[in-house]
Amino acid sequence: MGKYFDELMQDPRFREGLNACMNCGACTAVCPAAEYYNYDPRQIVDDVQAKDDASIEALLKSDTIWYCGECMSCRPRCPRGNTPAYVVQALRKLSQKYGFFTASEKGRQQYALGKILGDNMRELGYCVHPTRVVPSMHPEQGPVWAWVHEHDKELFARFTDNYMKPGPGPARAIDPESLEEFRRIFDVSGGTEFLENIERHSMKKAEELGMTREEYLEYVYTYNSGNHTL
Amino acid sequence: MKYRYANWQEYSKEIADDHYYYARSCIRQNFFPGSEKAFLDILRNDLGMDIVEDPRHTTCTGIGYHSDVVPLDTTMAIVARQFSLMTECGYENYVASCITSFGIYSEVLDMWHHFPELEEKARENLFKATGREFRKPKILVHTSDLMFHVRNKIAEKSVRRLVNVTTGEPLKVVDHIGCHYAKVFPKKGIGGAEFPYVLAGMVEAWGGQSVDYPERRHCCGFGFRNYLVQANRGYSVANSQKKLESMAPYNPDFIVANCPGCAMFLDRWQFTLNAMTGSHYAIPVLTYEEMAGLVLGIDPWDLGLQMHQVPVEPLLDKLGVEYDPSAKYLGKNGKFIGRPLTPADYTSARL
Repeated sequence: MGKYFDELMQDPRFREGLNACMNCGACTAVCPAAEYYNYDPRQIVDDVQAKDDASIEALLKSDTIWYCGECMSCRPRCPRGNTPAYVVQALRKLSQKYGFFTASEKGRQQYALGKILGDNMRELGYCVHPTRVVPSMHPEQGPVWAWVHEHDKELFARFTDNYMKPGPGPARAIDPESLEEFRRIFDVSGGTEFLENIERHSMKKAEELGMTREEYLEYVYTYNSGNHTL
Repeated sequence: MKYRYANWQEYSKEIADDHYYYARSCIRQNFFPGSEKAFLDILRNDLGMDIVEDPRHTTCTGIGYHSDVVPLDTTMAIVARQFSLMTECGYENYVASCITSFGIYSEVLDMWHHFPELEEKARENLFKATGREFRKPKILVHTSDLMFHVRNKIAEKSVRRLVNVTTGEPLKVVDHIGCHYAKVFPKKGIGGAEFPYVLAGMVEAWGGQSVDYPERRHCCGFGFRNYLVQANRGYSVANSQKKLESMAPYNPDFIVANCPGCAMFLDRWQFTLNAMTGSHYAIPVLTYEEMAGLVLGIDPWDLGLQMHQVPVEPLLDKLGVEYDPSAKYLGKNGKFIGRPLTPADYTSARL
């Protein structure tokens, strides 16, 4: 009893995010995720503050903790100064630490996020880059973006001399020394291990499902059971 | 018409007049490179301010952090490196182009205040990885804070007002404030989380009419993992739809947003919703630099308005902006680079 709660308490976001919830539901009323999904952040906070290991472990293995968009709309509204989104961040960290995230459809998506964002950051030094917002993966971006993507060098040259080249400006090539510093920070501070841990657990799940790495990536990126919304 | 809430003044912040270290945004450099250019051009060239740009800075990791694939310790150490570059350049005021980054920097500084051991750990990690040290910024602002701060100087230099040249009426402007601008720390945003004034203040100073609407404070629907993973995008489009439905009855002439993702989503999702539901949304969406640029007489294609999905020409006509329609689709040296497909022709078969 309380092992997971004690571990959550080591996360500063959990300590800042959870005081004493009185179950008023203001967070749920204002939550964009609660409006779309069958989701109730009030219930998460209430479950967690009960300190029951079995119910916390069930949460860590559930879709529930992956619905939040971390917009922080709950934060200024809580009359008790709780931040349910911070509690969710701490739960997600724990779920990934123990590999519980692969037990749920929404949790398994961490593999796609780790792969896409991890590669972008460590290869380019950016979370997002014009060459990586590929229209086939982003049909919702529309025809103008497809035109920008196709003619990126010509178009960006109107705004910068250094598109994908050294020097200041948007979408510049970050110098090798800075990129190396960036990667070393990931190594030293646990960022690399965090991404590798997501990868290890995900590959175990892919094997269980009889999928190759590529099939699993496609599956977690696109699959929606349709069981999440109201 | 004066802004209806006086309460915004209870939420203001210290904004230095000059000498800033500038950090770019991952999303803005993709979708609004003209806005980042306009920000620097206006502040440096028109207002003579000192804004330094250091090409060595990287992502703050914010999108990765809020997608829960980057741990807090790593984000803190990367932030520490950005501060180290600022220190090395001899600056103590930091201006972030991104709302997510602004939220990240604010949160990191606040956590270091409450948990000094985390700052110590970030310093250790940074030193171990890079040999770097740093001082924390004295002033931290978002780029929209700085534009708000100089709004009256921009008004003095303006060549036009946000007024319909045919009717003489002020243009009706709805704003959208990025969630991480003031919901994380209401005291760090002008007008706080409830009385958003950072954009309304610019709109008023430049002659437009700021229009309140019921879902003004609602999230645009980015939701990090909820957009980045294709299977989750229903969340994203549904929340933008809620906002668009809420503002449409007020017949806004345009939307202005201060967040990189929000400006892009409110633009793109109009196309998507029209394709999905048969709606006819066509509300131009501007960044605050694009709004300032039009007021100052910068050519719309030099601002990057050709990169928007929703056509901006109806707005340019209302403002009386003279523009060359044929220059919209030119590369740098006047080379024609083709036209985008129309929404009707843009089908999955084309992808």
